[in-house]
Amino acid sequence: MEKQLYLSSSPHIHSGETTDKVMRGVIYALLPACAVSIYFFGWPALMVLLLCTGACMATEALCRKGMGRPLSLGDGSAALTGILLALNLPPSSPWWLALIGSVVAIGIGKQVYGGLGSNPFNPALVARVVLLISFPVQMTTWTAPAPLGSGIDALTTATPLGEMKTAVMLTGRLPLPAGGEYLEYFTGNMAGSLGEVSALALLLGAGYLFWRRILTWHIPAAYLGSVVLLSGVFWLVDPSRYPSPLFHLCTGGLMLGAFFMATDMVTSPVTGKGMVIFGLGCGIITVLVRLFGGYPEGVSFAILLMNAATPLIDRFSRPSKFGTVPQKG
Amino acid sequence: MIEAVLSIGGIGLLAAITLGVAARKFAVEVDPRELALLETLSGANCGACGYPGCSAYARAVAEGKAEPSLCTPGGQSTLEKIAHIMGVAAVGTSPQVAVVLCQGDNARAQAKYRYLGAIDCVAAQRIADGPKLCPGGCLGLGTCARVCPFGAIEMTAEGLAVISREKCTGCRKCVGACPRQVIAMTPLDATVHVLCNSHDKGAAVRKYCQVGCIACMICKKTVPEAYVIEDFLAKVVYDHYQESGAAVEKCPTRCIRDFVEGYPEGSRFAPPVVPVKRQGAV
Amino acid sequence: MKLKTFPGGLHPPDNKEWSADKAIEDCPLPEELVIPMSQHIGAPAEPCVLVGQQVKKGEVIGQAKGFVSVPVHASTSGEVVAVEPRLHSSGRLLPAVVIRPDGEDAWVEGLAACDAMALTPDQIREKIRAAGIVGLGGATFPAHVKLSPPEGKIIDTLILNGVECEPYLTADHRLMLEETERLIDGVTILKRVLGVERAFIGIEANKPDAIEVVGRACAGRGIEVQGLKVKYPQGAEKQLILALTGREVPSGGLPMDVGVVVQNVGTAVAVSDAVRYGLPLIERIATVTGPGIAEAKNLRIRVGTSLSAMVDFCGGLQGDPAKIIMGGPMMGATQLSLDIPATRGTSGVLLFREGDLALVPEGPCIRCGRCVGVCPARILPTTIAAYARLDLINEAEEYNAMDCIECGCCTYTCPAAIPLVQVIRLAKGAILAKRRKV
Repeated sequence: MEKQLYLSSSPHIHSGETTDKVMRGVIYALLPACAVSIYFFGWPALMVLLLCTGACMATEALCRKGMGRPLSLGDGSAALTGILLALNLPPSSPWWLALIGSVVAIGIGKQVYGGLGSNPFNPALVARVVLLISFPVQMTTWTAPAPLGSGIDALTTATPLGEMKTAVMLTGRLPLPAGGEYLEYFTGNMAGSLGEVSALALLLGAGYLFWRRILTWHIPAAYLGSVVLLSGVFWLVDPSRYPSPLFHLCTGGLMLGAFFMATDMVTSPVTGKGMVIFGLGCGIITVLVRLFGGYPEGVSFAILLMNAATPLIDRFSRPSKFGTVPQKG
Repeated sequence: MIEAVLSIGGIGLLAAITLGVAARKFAVEVDPRELALLETLSGANCGACGYPGCSAYARAVAEGKAEPSLCTPGGQSTLEKIAHIMGVAAVGTSPQVAVVLCQGDNARAQAKYRYLGAIDCVAAQRIADGPKLCPGGCLGLGTCARVCPFGAIEMTAEGLAVISREKCTGCRKCVGACPRQVIAMTPLDATVHVLCNSHDKGAAVRKYCQVGCIACMICKKTVPEAYVIEDFLAKVVYDHYQESGAAVEKCPTRCIRDFVEGYPEGSRFAPPVVPVKRQGAV
Repeated sequence: MKLKTFPGGLHPPDNKEWSADKAIEDCPLPEELVIPMSQHIGAPAEPCVLVGQQVKKGEVIGQAKGFVSVPVHASTSGEVVAVEPRLHSSGRLLPAVVIRPDGEDAWVEGLAACDAMALTPDQIREKIRAAGIVGLGGATFPAHVKLSPPEGKIIDTLILNGVECEPYLTADHRLMLEETERLIDGVTILKRVLGVERAFIGIEANKPDAIEVVGRACAGRGIEVQGLKVKYPQGAEKQLILALTGREVPSGGLPMDVGVVVQNVGTAVAVSDAVRYGLPLIERIATVTGPGIAEAKNLRIRVGTSLSAMVDFCGGLQGDPAKIIMGGPMMGATQLSLDIPATRGTSGVLLFREGDLALVPEGPCIRCGRCVGVCPARILPTTIAAYARLDLINEAEEYNAMDCIECGCCTYTCPAAIPLVQVIRLAKGAILAKRRKV
């Protein structure tokens, strides 16, 4: 017998872009950063990446079963959270740190709120901050990059931001620049978490996301723009105490944060105006924490704080509906 | 050390005094009966009484503006408690429960088309009058189950809504939510119902549903006072529900059902005991 | 010329190449014409013929009821074989007059030609009403009502909608190419009715031949052809007015509130026929297209021709149909079968097979904001839908659910495949019900 016709409400065509395609797109965009991290930090980096991804997916599956909801691994968001979490961890992270982080990220950061789309905070950042506060030693032990095949052993060292914070706190002055450092910061030859070191790799990935139209300009432009402006003001006032905007752009988790963490769709505003406000807020808080706060890096806290403000931002950044412009006749 | 104790203790004492004074000075006068009434109500805020929530109903009763019998989920026990508090006679309406007058799930009733879209009966009804050939049958997309504040409605695996007579409190939210008006209010102890809502002629019903009423009138011939045929659809005359059971086996399409023998196929509710023991409110 | 546009919107694949180059063909009369009484916004017409009666082409078979209503006419000469409810494009059984053509195709007596420019605007309006002319863009609003603005509403601009922004459809495109003179004549008559000096014809840039042909014909006749950037829904009335004049129709208002009247190019051609020759509206152009049809065509169809007759003339179906859409893919309505009649509002018939459909299961909203970015009405589809699903109708109203133009951009672009337009329609229904109660 012939199959019956489908009837539905309009529209009857679809763009073909689905949630899992979006998530996969972001995963592809992160591959350059993952590759660079393995190059600079070796097999431990690969271990952290695989462990986080696997543990996040396993936690999601278990949570969904426990909640009696259908499995949702197909949408790719758990895997993406795993990769982002791994890129936020130091290369020397022990396996149990990665595991606890994954469980916290998915279990507390996401599933407890009802799953994809319902969480108010960025899950990877929730995990990062929980780990930072619970295990400060492991979360602030950084290794110097030891490119694969170079024969250099991994040595603990401080990140550029860490060095800056310590120097300013102790002496009130920045450490003297050694020249040529910015290129190294940009390509990734510096200490830091797995994903933050290479601004170049991250920019490549971001470029792909812009091309795919998964990213729009609002949040990255507002975030980076406000960082450059605010840090620029301080730098102009006293360059011996405050680093230049270029330093801020290349060091720490700013690139990772501006393109991949703050832009997490679920936890950021839906309107263009709202996204810009969100980015501005992130930038301001990041710079203030970096320059005056107790922690050397402010990106995680800035994004989480702005996540909390997102519902309010959404409410007050509604576009004016068509037909409210005063008429000229 | 001593400064710490004194300062913290002092602040605590100051706060306590301030709160105590404020509690006295800004106290709201509440009719004590209103509080007592609120205790008797279920707290479900279902709106069956017509007021926006239990506290509003309690206030209305205390002010003498509302009848004491409006809380249908509370039933007879609540009515008696309210009447006792207010010092009036406990005169109320007899309790009712909702019944879905349909057994036409996907296995037994034919579809008009394959529906794509929001899983909601009101939404589906707007598209060519619903995906079922039967104009009055249950669409099985769960709108009633979602509005029920007491979790009394289940959707069977084959897409039929079934209401538990134990859990239903008679609040009527499902009746209003259903776009096909397939849910009817029936007396609590009446367990025999004609589970069909189609007014089409028998031949037409036969074509699209295996368990629809074909208005053959056999039920009316068996128990004349307990059944009435209106517009090609049989209905139980609930004043005579006690006699209606005799027609159940005679019905050729098996659309008359006695729930004591079990809910419609696919339901996971245990058959009710008569007289029905109601859960829900107090 | 510089292309104008409006904020928001998106650009789905055109798919017009299937039929854009196909000249209009006359669809032969079927054995039975089913003419519904309800083909327009407003009160349905009332049948005024009996079974067995012989009618002529153009004879009134349904009387208009009230001001916002138009008469319905026989599409050919023949015998009335039934006056009964028949399956209608709304999915319901609605009253219709069924005619069996006698093959003569003879016009009714009394149709007279006249000089349109010698008539008063009111006389022209009456001819338009008597001809049963409704908006042929798909909305089917009685044209004489649109052309009768109330006291105080000054109209200074007439806009002709030649945009046809829906994918697949090419009926208006071919009409503009092949019936250019009748189109210009209709525009001139409409200008006279409204008493305006300014008239624009808006055409999307994906029809460069139409822009050129119509542009040449309009030269020196007080009508300006304006090319528009190819973006859906440029053909939506309010978006068209914004692009061509820079004026925004106020929320809850009508184009006449900003001094504009918009008519479809097909309506203008019908006006020319009605006013010049007294011909009632009994035929129109419709595109039969889609991957499920053997040969896509632009057909001149008589009102009452079944979709199956149209499909047969286009070589029949290709594969098993899974969706039959009357209209375009963004705003058209799915049909229960091919045995329903085409009406004055049928701009196209789309056939899709199962493999052509994007059957994406619905997922949770990921708050990506794409729906907000594409919405031409500048509202928040995701938020309205979320409130509607929670039964928070007051909040849905506050977030401007009533301003939704149901264009479908949001649903088209939603990665979670949430049926946004459907849910917002439900919210609108609930809001109207709530307003009626108060």
